[in-house]
Amino acid sequence: MFRFLLTRVSLIVPTFIGITLLVFVLIRLIPGDPIETMAGERGIDAALHEKLRKEYGFDQPVLVQYWYYLLRLLQGDLGKSIVTHKPVIQEFISLFPATIELSLCAILFALCLGLPAGIIAAVRRNSIFDHGVMGVSLTGYSMPIFWWGLLLILLFSVQLGWTPVSGRISVMFFVPEVTGFLLIDTLLSGEKGAFSSAVSHLILPTIVLGTVPLAVIARMTRSAMLEVLGEDYIRTARAKGLSNFRIIAIHALRNALIPIVTVIGLQVGVLFTGAILTETIFSWPGIGKWLIEGIGRRDYPVLQGGTLLIGTIVMTVNLLVDVTYGLINPRIRRPR
Amino acid sequence: MTNNAATSTQNVRRGAPAHPFFEFNAYFRKNTGAVIGLWIIIGLLVVAVTADFIAPYSPILTDSKAFLKPPVWQAGGSWAHLLGTDAIGRDMLSRLIHGTRLSLLIGFTVISISIVVGTTLGLVAGFYRGILEIAIMRLMDIILTLPSLLLAIVIVAILGPGVSNALLAVAIVLLPHYVRIARAAVIAETSKDYVTAAKVSGAGSIRLMIKEILPNCMAPLIVQATLGISTAILDAAALGFLGLGAQPPTPEWGTMLADAREFVLRAWWVVTFPGLMILITVLAFNLLGDGLRDALDPKLKS
Repeated sequence: MFRFLLTRVSLIVPTFIGITLLVFVLIRLIPGDPIETMAGERGIDAALHEKLRKEYGFDQPVLVQYWYYLLRLLQGDLGKSIVTHKPVIQEFISLFPATIELSLCAILFALCLGLPAGIIAAVRRNSIFDHGVMGVSLTGYSMPIFWWGLLLILLFSVQLGWTPVSGRISVMFFVPEVTGFLLIDTLLSGEKGAFSSAVSHLILPTIVLGTVPLAVIARMTRSAMLEVLGEDYIRTARAKGLSNFRIIAIHALRNALIPIVTVIGLQVGVLFTGAILTETIFSWPGIGKWLIEGIGRRDYPVLQGGTLLIGTIVMTVNLLVDVTYGLINPRIRRPR
Repeated sequence: MTNNAATSTQNVRRGAPAHPFFEFNAYFRKNTGAVIGLWIIIGLLVVAVTADFIAPYSPILTDSKAFLKPPVWQAGGSWAHLLGTDAIGRDMLSRLIHGTRLSLLIGFTVISISIVVGTTLGLVAGFYRGILEIAIMRLMDIILTLPSLLLAIVIVAILGPGVSNALLAVAIVLLPHYVRIARAAVIAETSKDYVTAAKVSGAGSIRLMIKEILPNCMAPLIVQATLGISTAILDAAALGFLGLGAQPPTPEWGTMLADAREFVLRAWWVVTFPGLMILITVLAFNLLGDGLRDALDPKLKS
């Protein structure tokens, strides 16, 4: 197990260095002088320009600059936002819980609907239910979620007036920040109505962000279950006279879970992609909206730092999935 | 052609395997979804090609007398604008028709770039191995690690917004799939006898790669390309929606949706139709891709 862990961890080091290199080079590729870009349209006088050039190390060779960039990274310094002048890492940490809360709700939503739908579709293969699930999930998979969000707003917020249009919580409430997760913070604050306000703001974004993972999980669960249900040991279990529920829930599902767990892990990247769009539609104050606003303001340190942090998170989650995979399936652990 | 078909049917009767194309055709036709997808795509292609003739108006022509007119079947709508008009009086139907052309063009161009560059990189990586392979595959790992839309956004942020830059960004994001498929196929094929035979008879590396190995790994590439077109259209529309893709007044579906956002309360049609077109198009390519995968290689079925 230790060797397995070690090889997996050693594999992500070059990828991480690669991402830092990519992010570093990409920012260098932006046409124009970085100091002038930072100064914006007001311009900058020559003496200050020279001073800033020295301060940021732009007078050094590129390789040296990269080395300093890496050193700063290791100290957790991702630079400062040009617009707010706050450290990028600080802004990221303060906005991250909003994105995590939304993503967790979305993946939970996808699991609660996707797993049962996939299992029933596999058990009742070729039934109307099966065709329905497959059709709906292919549609969900093809869904432009930025449009889906607008449609849901049109129906539930505008026509029916059930849910709010945007934001995380009604402006009436002031909830002291403890965890950054509003669902928890509103409960801790004890303010009346704050929790239900937070929940009602979460519903539509959760559905929008959960749609693609839901489709993927339902499809994957169905095909994994179909494969497992055809195995000999399932026939043996049936021959032993075990109940249908026991066979499906215990014998089949356990083995089918292995590919499903992997697919769930791979959804992290999909969730970030979706979060960028969902947060833009619902004005959700999270990482995705922050990045898009950063681009609009030409706030390159935000873009650079945000990309690096998201890349690192996705990489870490993938690693965790790999390790979990090794834990549930001992066959993977052995070196080939 | 008829002759060929006749011999093939005879072969089947005698119990010999059918020609691969007929076998493929039989499988493909049984898949209703794939056939529907194919017909939708053919329809969209016809619309795209004939856009200049069938669109009633120019997609960028504004009409100051007809702001936000509803579709014909709703009160206030008129036959002059079948699907209504947008906020500055442009005909929705004409914009959607021209959007079809643009989106299909984006899809096919992106996939052409990704396939040519990706397959070449994959062939080179699988054929020469060594340090070249490590470098290419590590780079692909990095592209795969970053969420696709994020990387596309970063690339567009640097190159500047616009259709061609969005196109390039999406092509780069899709690249790793083709590199991986091509490399895996090359590694699997190189050890086979027919490649050794070609090598012995004196074929050079380039001839080996293109004439011997490539035709034998086409099936997964074709499937991935079909599915890739839907991803390309979807991602390009998302970039347009975020204001980083096609710029107004270009009639691109994602850009149209971004323009329509502020009218979501007043005019449902400016929001509904462009997204519906994206959904139908993407769904059609996904249906076709799934069908092709099942028909070309049942083993690939996931």
